Amino acid sequence: MALMDKHQILEKNASLLLVFSFLVVTIGGIVEIAPLFYIDNTVEKVEGVRPYSPLELKGREVYVREGCYLCHSQMIRPFRDETERYGHYSLAAESMYDHPFQWGSKRTGPDLARVGGRYSNAWHVQHLTDPQSVVPESVMPRYGFLAGQEIDPSLIAETLRTNRAVGVPYSDEMIKQAAADLAAQADPNADTSGVTGRYPKAVTGDFDGDPKRLTEMDALIAYLQMLGTLVDFEAYQADAFVR
Amino acid sequence: MSDKPHVDEISGVETTGHEWDGIRELNNPLPRWWVWIFYATIVFSIGYAIYYPSIPLLNDFTKGVGGYSSRAELNQELDAAAAAKAGLLARLAETDVTEIPSDPELMRFAVSGGAAAYRVNCSQCHGSGAQGGFGYPNLNDDAWLWGGDLQSLYTTIAHGIRFETDDQTRYSEMPAFGRDGILDRQQIKALALYVRSLAGLDDGWVDAGETEQSFLDNCAACHGEDGKGMAMMGAPNLTDAIWLYGSETDQIIRQISEPRHGVMPAWGDRLGDVTVKQLTLYVHQLGGGE
Ligand code: HEC
Ligand code: HEC
Ligand code: HEC
Repeated sequence: MALMDKHQILEKNASLLLVFSFLVVTIGGIVEIAPLFYIDNTVEKVEGVRPYSPLELKGREVYVREGCYLCHSQMIRPFRDETERYGHYSLAAESMYDHPFQWGSKRTGPDLARVGGRYSNAWHVQHLTDPQSVVPESVMPRYGFLAGQEIDPSLIAETLRTNRAVGVPYSDEMIKQAAADLAAQADPNADTSGVTGRYPKAVTGDFDGDPKRLTEMDALIAYLQMLGTLVDFEAYQADAFVR
Repeated sequence: MSDKPHVDEISGVETTGHEWDGIRELNNPLPRWWVWIFYATIVFSIGYAIYYPSIPLLNDFTKGVGGYSSRAELNQELDAAAAAKAGLLARLAETDVTEIPSDPELMRFAVSGGAAAYRVNCSQCHGSGAQGGFGYPNLNDDAWLWGGDLQSLYTTIAHGIRFETDDQTRYSEMPAFGRDGILDRQQIKALALYVRSLAGLDDGWVDAGETEQSFLDNCAACHGEDGKGMAMMGAPNLTDAIWLYGSETDQIIRQISEPRHGVMPAWGDRLGDVTVKQLTLYVHQLGGGE
């Protein structure tokens, strides 16, 4: 009973109990979390995943700011019902440049991890402006005001630099061209070879139906249209990601 | 506090030793069943950690003696589901889409699969009853932009319409007669009224002769001389009561001046050949298939 008696010391001293509780939780945390940073196969090695283009990154910011993640997940779990509805299950590699990731935990609406290419730009504009006009049963709120919010291109290079600080491999060239790339991606008349060269598979063109202005609606739709499209799963065997 | 624990007189149980205003707390031990379950969970967790992947190592982690992997389990499940349907799926894969209707069993299988795939992928644009909406065609009627026979429907669904990332997508573009200054406002207004008269919408408007010629010159290449449309170009029939972008004069003027163009995603790569066949047959039997 000697051990139990010693334990009584902890139980009877609130500060000591707090210190030791922290200690136990810390050890648990280290054992669970730390290995993910050094075990090789945490993040699968796949072709195609690249940092977000400036416009997509801006759209991601809008997505986070508007709290879309409160109703939408971006995490297709490896279950039959999910893969049959949404497509290939999500890989860790696909969100390795997400700071913070948007996996979410609540699905009031559908998962968006592979929504890219599923709809036309016009549909997204209409749906974001008035969801019930295309899906009468929808409970999604309206985001039409995004089409009125023009983007200030002067801050985008800083946004890229911030992401680089936390580990996204943006090159100096990418940061230098950020403002130009931001505008070019949503301009139907621009030369987009620069953007698509730096950010392969980036979807270009006017997104919000108003080619003259660069709005948050453009950015959000550019982001939605690339979600889940970077990895070409045709190129992998079905068991390539089993571990 | 004395050395010997205080014992409650009435119950004969030790107390914790504290006293508040004469009230003491019995120090009953935890119920045995609870303690044993607690120990059992500890033992269970050891077994669990051995059976399932769990313990991180230097470059890897223990895979567990059970060899469990959620992704491998998914693959097995998908294989099993495919195996259960193997006969029918294989027959669907190798049967040409135009020949499926002559096999009633295969047809039933295809249409029910198509109905399920429709609800997941198509209802958001074409409506849950395939009734369509502004800019999104109704799939129940017998008016088709790009053709309503099985082969045409298959191509439309597999490759989409004006979907730039599919290089076999259907494509056509109506010229922007107003924005690009091909016709002036008067001519466009007259053409809009002419189009309405083709559809039997009477505005009491009378063509002085040149509008019909203007239609033949500018529009007939796509919409046909009689305005009945051309599936090759995805140009709608202008003489019926079915409108993608509305039949009001203003709406028609807008379409002639600055045309809208519907975009539909390609589904061949995303859903695969068999599902596209199922969708084709489902859409075809909705009512208007040719
Ligand atoms: C209150 C919860 C809620 C919020 C917040 C919300 N949505 Fe939705 N969303 C839904 C629901 C429910 C649906 C399904 C019905 C529909 O299509 O409208 C949906 C559907 C969608 C779809 C179509 C997905 C598909 O595969 O059919 C997209 C894209 C989408 N939302 C984007 C967004 C974006 C972007 C935001 C943030 C600006 C957002 N949503 C915020 C509830 C929400
Ligand atoms: C993003 C919205 C969208 C989605 C999702 C969508 N469609 Fe469409 N679809 C359209 C539009 C817009 C048109 C008309 C294009 C045009 O104007 O030429 C169309 C046209 C069609 C046509 C040709 C109609 C005709 O008259 O020739 C068929 C068939 C069709 N869709 C089937 C489907 C099926 C099956 C699905 C689901 C796998 C689907 N669509 C999903 C938007 C969509
Ligand atoms: C190059 C081919 C082409 C030419 C030339 C053309 N159109 Fe069209 N037109 C189309 C297509 C394709 C559509 C359907 C657009 C869509 O599906 O989104 C269309 C749609 C329309 C519509 C809308 C129909 C509806 O259901 O809402 C009208 C009205 C129309 N055209 C009138 C005209 C007139 C009038 C002219 C001549 C001044 C003309 N078009 C010339 C290809 C053409």
